[in-house]
Order: sequence, then C-alpha cells, then structure tokens
Amino acid sequence: MIRFTSFQFRIQAAIAVGVLVLVAIVVAITGPHLIHLYDTTVANCKAKGDCSSAKAALSSSDSFLQTALGELLLVVPALIGLFWGAPLIAREFETGTFRLVWTQSVTRMRWLAVKLGIIGLTSMAVAGLASLMVSWWFSPIDKVNVSQFTSFDERGIVAIGYAAFALAFGVTAGLLIRRTLPAMFATLVAFVGARLAVTYWVRPHLMAPVKTAIPLHVIFGTSLEQNSATGLVFFEPVNIPNAWIYSNEVANNSGHAPSAKFLESACHSLLSAPSGGVQSNTPTPNPNSGFPECFARVAAKFHQVVIYQPASRYWAFQWYETAIFVGLAVILAGFCFWWVRRRLV
Amino acid sequence: MIEFQLETASGVATYLQIVQQVHQALRLGLLEPGDQLPTAQQVVAKLAINPNTVLKAYRDLEREGLVRPRPGQGTFVIASLSHTDPATQARLLASMTTWLRSAHSAGLGPDDIEAIYRTAFRNHFAEGVA
Amino acid sequence: MTAALETSGLGKQYGQKWALHDCTLAIPEGKVVGLVGPNGAGKSTLLNLAVGLLAPTSGTIEVLGGRPSDGPSQLGGIGFVAQDTPTYEGMSVAKHLRMGAWLNPHWDSELAERRIKQLGLDPLQKAGALSGGQRAQLALVLALAKKPEILILDEPVASLDPLARREFLQTLMEVVAEHGVSVVLSSHLIADLERVCDYLVVLVASHVQLSGDVSALLVSHYHLSGPRRKRSTLPANQEVIEESHTDKQSVFMVRSDDPIIDPAWIVKPVTLDDLVLGYMRQAREAEPHGRPDLGVLR
Repeated sequence: MIRFTSFQFRIQAAIAVGVLVLVAIVVAITGPHLIHLYDTTVANCKAKGDCSSAKAALSSSDSFLQTALGELLLVVPALIGLFWGAPLIAREFETGTFRLVWTQSVTRMRWLAVKLGIIGLTSMAVAGLASLMVSWWFSPIDKVNVSQFTSFDERGIVAIGYAAFALAFGVTAGLLIRRTLPAMFATLVAFVGARLAVTYWVRPHLMAPVKTAIPLHVIFGTSLEQNSATGLVFFEPVNIPNAWIYSNEVANNSGHAPSAKFLESACHSLLSAPSGGVQSNTPTPNPNSGFPECFARVAAKFHQVVIYQPASRYWAFQWYETAIFVGLAVILAGFCFWWVRRRLV
Repeated sequence: MIEFQLETASGVATYLQIVQQVHQALRLGLLEPGDQLPTAQQVVAKLAINPNTVLKAYRDLEREGLVRPRPGQGTFVIASLSHTDPATQARLLASMTTWLRSAHSAGLGPDDIEAIYRTAFRNHFAEGVA
Repeated sequence: MTAALETSGLGKQYGQKWALHDCTLAIPEGKVVGLVGPNGAGKSTLLNLAVGLLAPTSGTIEVLGGRPSDGPSQLGGIGFVAQDTPTYEGMSVAKHLRMGAWLNPHWDSELAERRIKQLGLDPLQKAGALSGGQRAQLALVLALAKKPEILILDEPVASLDPLARREFLQTLMEVVAEHGVSVVLSSHLIADLERVCDYLVVLVASHVQLSGDVSALLVSHYHLSGPRRKRSTLPANQEVIEESHTDKQSVFMVRSDDPIIDPAWIVKPVTLDDLVLGYMRQAREAEPHGRPDLGVLR
C-alpha cells in the first residue's frame, strides 16, 4: 500500500519538490543581498545618524518578492487542501475506482491510514520547509520592522498546522461530498473561514494580554489631532518592539481620555497658531508652536495605557495556533476513519 | 481433435448436443479408439459454456462405454460406433435398391415410398431403444 | 458443502425505499450462479453488499463463511468486477497489474502476465485508452490473479458488443474450468446466463423470486397447454407461475414436484428463458405500482 500510494502521488510530490526548489533558488539568490544591505546600512546606522532612512530603505526593498514570498505561505496550505486533500477520496467516488481499490486485499482503514500518513507528512514537510526558507529570507527585514505579530501567519511553524488542517478538511469534504470540484470549493471556504476565525476570534484570547501604564513622552508621532468622528484627540504612539498591541490609549487614573473641551483649553495656543495646525512630528517641537505647553498640561493629568502581548510570547502563540490546527486535523482524520469504516453508504 | 458446435435454438440440451456430436464423429470414423477428446477447458474456451456441461457429457459417454478418462492426461475414446465395413455397406445398399425397384413397379410414387420408409423406421427404432 | 454466499433476511434501505428486502439465499460452492432481474431490482445492491462496499440495513450476509470486508483475508478470497469495470484511466495495464501485486498477498503475476499476453493487451497502454471489452478483460484478470475462491461480477458484459461479450465469457469459463472458482454473475441478458449458469437467482423489485439449481428448476417446471380451464381447477401440487387464456385454450406454466399425468394436457419442458420471464411477470403482477422500486445504484 505504501508503494502504491507513493506511485499514485508521484506527480503531486514532484510538483511540490519543483516549487520548493524554485523557492529555494529565489531565496538563495536574493537573500544574501538583503543581509548585506542590513550589515552595511542598518547595523551601524546609529553612528551615522540615518537610521530611519536606512531602515525605510531596507524595509521597502524587493517589495515584489516580499509580497510574493509572503503570499506563498498563505497560499501553499490552501493549495494542499484543494489539490491533495479534496480529490483524494472524491476522485475515487467520481470515477468509481473505489469499487476497484477497496476490493483488493487491503482494508479501507489501512488504505486511508497510509494515504493520510504519507500525504499528511509530506504536506507538513512542504509547508514547514517553505516557511523556513521564507522566514530566513525575511529576517533582515523583520529585524528592521520589529512587528513580528503582523506577519505571524507567514513565518514560523503555523503553516505546518494550516497545511495539516487544509489537507484533513479537503479529504473529509471529498469523503462526504463525493465530487472533487464541490469538495475543493467547500475546502477553500472552510479554510479561509477557519483561518479568519482563529486569527480574529481565537488568537487574541489564547493568553490574557498585559496591561501597562507609561508616562507620556514626546516622541516621533506624539500629536494633537482633529478626528472627524470624535473631535480633538491626543495621540501617543507606542514603542514596544515586536509586541502585539491590542489597544493604545491616553487616559487618566480613572481611565478617561482627555475631553475635547480640556484639550481645547490646554492646547489653546497650539490650536490658534497660524503655522500648520495641530501636529507635532518631531521629537523636539518648535518652542514657539504652543506644543510644549499643550503637552505639559496633558502629561500632567494623563498617561499612556497600552494593552499588549509581549514579544517574548511570540513562540508560545506560534505553538498554540499550530496545535489548534493540528488538533482540528486530527479530529477530522478521526472522523474520516470512522466514516469509512462504519458508514460509507 | 474434434471441435464441438452449439446450436442454441435447437431446443436440445447442450450436454446432449456434445454427446450426439461425439456419437456422430465415432460413426463417421472421425474419432477412433485412442483419440483424445478436447479437455473441458478447451471446449469452454471456444464455446463459452459451463464446464460442468462438458463434464456431464463426458460422464454419459463414459457410462455408454465409449470413452474413459485417464487421470492427469485427459479423456480418450475406447470404442467405435462404426459398425459397417465397405462390404456390408455395399450389400445393404443393393438390397435396398431391389426393394425400391419393386415398390416402384407396384405403382408407388416417391412420396408413398417415403411414407412407408418413415413408418418402418419409426416403428423399428421405437421398440427397445437403449 | 459450505455455502459460497449465504444471506438471511438481508435488506438495504435508502431513505424510505428498500433497494433489497428480505433476501434469503444459500448458494453452494463451485457453481456458476446467474443473478438475473430487471434494472433496479437490487442485483447491484446485493453484490455490493457481498463485497462489503455497502453495509446491510437489516439481516446478515456471509461470503465464504465470513463477513464481507472483515479483513485482508476475507477481501483476498473474493475477486470483484464492478459494473462498468472501473479502472484508473491514467494508469497503464502493466501498472494495474503492479497494483494488484502490491495490494494482494497471493498475487500470481505469472498468471496475470500470461493472460494479458493471451488477450493481446498492450501492457504499456493506459487503461483509459482501452475499449470497453478490453477493460472488462483487464478487470477480470485483476480479479483472477489474486487467486480468489469466488468471483463476483456485476453486469460485466452489459455494455459490451456481442463479440466482446462472447470473448469475456470464454475467458471466464476457461478460468472456471482451470481453477474451479465459484462465480456469481449478474445480468439482465438471459441469453448469456443460459450458456454458462448452473444455478439461478431471479431478483425482481428488491425480492428474490426464485433461486435454485438450473437443472432442478428445469425439471420441476412444466409448460401445459390444453382446452380452456380455470386456474383453480388445477391440482394443489401444481403451483401456477403464469397463465394465459384464449376463448378456447389455456396455457399454464406450473411448478410441480410430481410429474404431470393429466391426459388433457400437452406437456412441454420449459426453457430457462421461459422460467425467468414467467417469474418476472409473476412478480410484476404482484407489485402494486407495476414498476421497479429504485434506479441503479451509482
């Protein structure tokens, strides 16, 4: 059965190897250049004083490849589900070959076990290798962007879980629907749905975030802004590298944001200044702009409240999310075994 | 080796047709003692009939004493049905010709002669057929 | 003699309809069994139950003394050719034989290769490019080379031209003569079954109408014609299967364990054809809607 499965799977495996080799070549050719760029421009940018421009340059280089390689990680698990998972059993039903192969001297359970085993392990390996290569390629850029949680699903080990789930769902859909195209469609919908659901409804609640109060500082982006919906707001950007920021607010000890009235009076001179309005985009504001007084009055009563996941928890999240998707895959596989053995028709 | 034909529309059972064809072949001298009959496998590969049918026919022939199976080798003819030698055939032909001449001179036409012949034939073979 | 296939009250229900109902059979080993009936009668259902591709809703079925698809040895004892002889289109003939070798412990590759050569099939040709008759022959070789004790064939010749049909049956009978396998063969063509079967099962409207040894059946059924009379005037030991009347004459097909000695009758033997048609008509009359229950299982 192992040899038969390998034979039947040979073309799909060859395509996967081809894609991985292609990715490896692209990564191997273009990766070192990014490392070089980092080493020469960003590594000693503090001494040269051009950090923000050096970082911006690195962060925006090879933008096509950035998109392509990032998307690759999103797309590979879905393709696995659609093209390796959905047709696995559905095709046998569609062509009637289940009547041929399930009456050989191999039980249906063993047939499924070997198929899921070989294709499952291959899927996870493919996703894992792709993720490894892409994560390596992005490492200089990630060092500059320090926002590892925004590229969470395009790095690390989660792709392995996504691939396992997509495959298992595809096989299940094919088993129940018995036709390849509808099963592929159902798999796509379920995969996208599950990913969105986990990303927005499950991941944020996997661990209770940390809440911290920081005194206000004037940094790049500290500003008084006119918001069309809520009127005047005072904004302080967050500077916790690689953390996952849930919320960032300016509040007093009772948790209230500064009211528009307060801000109008506290920042009166800034608001009435003829030059350019409300924002202060330099760390050292023009002393005549009215901003320092505005800031001082706000900072006296208010501080910054940030709710976030610390950077150190990144790998915990990666393991949890992978475990969730692998767990779902195992449940689906278990269902398939049960169905194939007991029910079938 | 003899090859059997099957007439599906004849109303005669298949195994009987095989028996009859063996009898015919024996009578005509196409099969002689020592000849081998085709194996059941060979017959069914040509005719697409149940092998048991062939085996039943061969068993009947064996009971009639015409064939005997040799284990591991096949079924072989052991007797002959051809009772007439050329001299006997000539003698019988001459006596029949004499009878025909006398029937004809008695005024019987071909149809009458045939009717008498068929009656005599039926009467003779109806009594004590094996 | 152990039964090749034995069922007891076997039934298969889909929603409200029974594809097969209350089916009780005991088919002996070493026979070529013809399973005949109109489309939708339940033949495919019965055979799929026998190979474990379906699970019964009620009753039991045993093949070669074991439950279908119980394990590798049970699966190995049965050679199955499904309706429309499915094959892997993209796989060559030779690769199908390799599949057989990989998936069957008792595979006889020498037999398989010899038969493929005898049939004149090109080993490198993809199964999708074979004709219907060639595919049927390939499927039969696959079923045979695993050395089963019973062959179960679901309408294997239904969509074949007459020559291909004849060649398939020739191969099948040759195999039976050589290896002594039991065969269960379903068809809605009586002519093919007449040549090869020595045991008959008639299935109409999901029920077994008739089953038994062909020679015993032919000997116990008679075709009676004579002056017109009512069915009820026949003796109790003559079960009427079929009747038809004109104003002067009556014709009956009856089943009787005793010989018919009434001099008023002209008694003729029945052919297998008459027998099957008679029982099929009898079933159709008993069936209130007058048509079979279910379409063919896909």
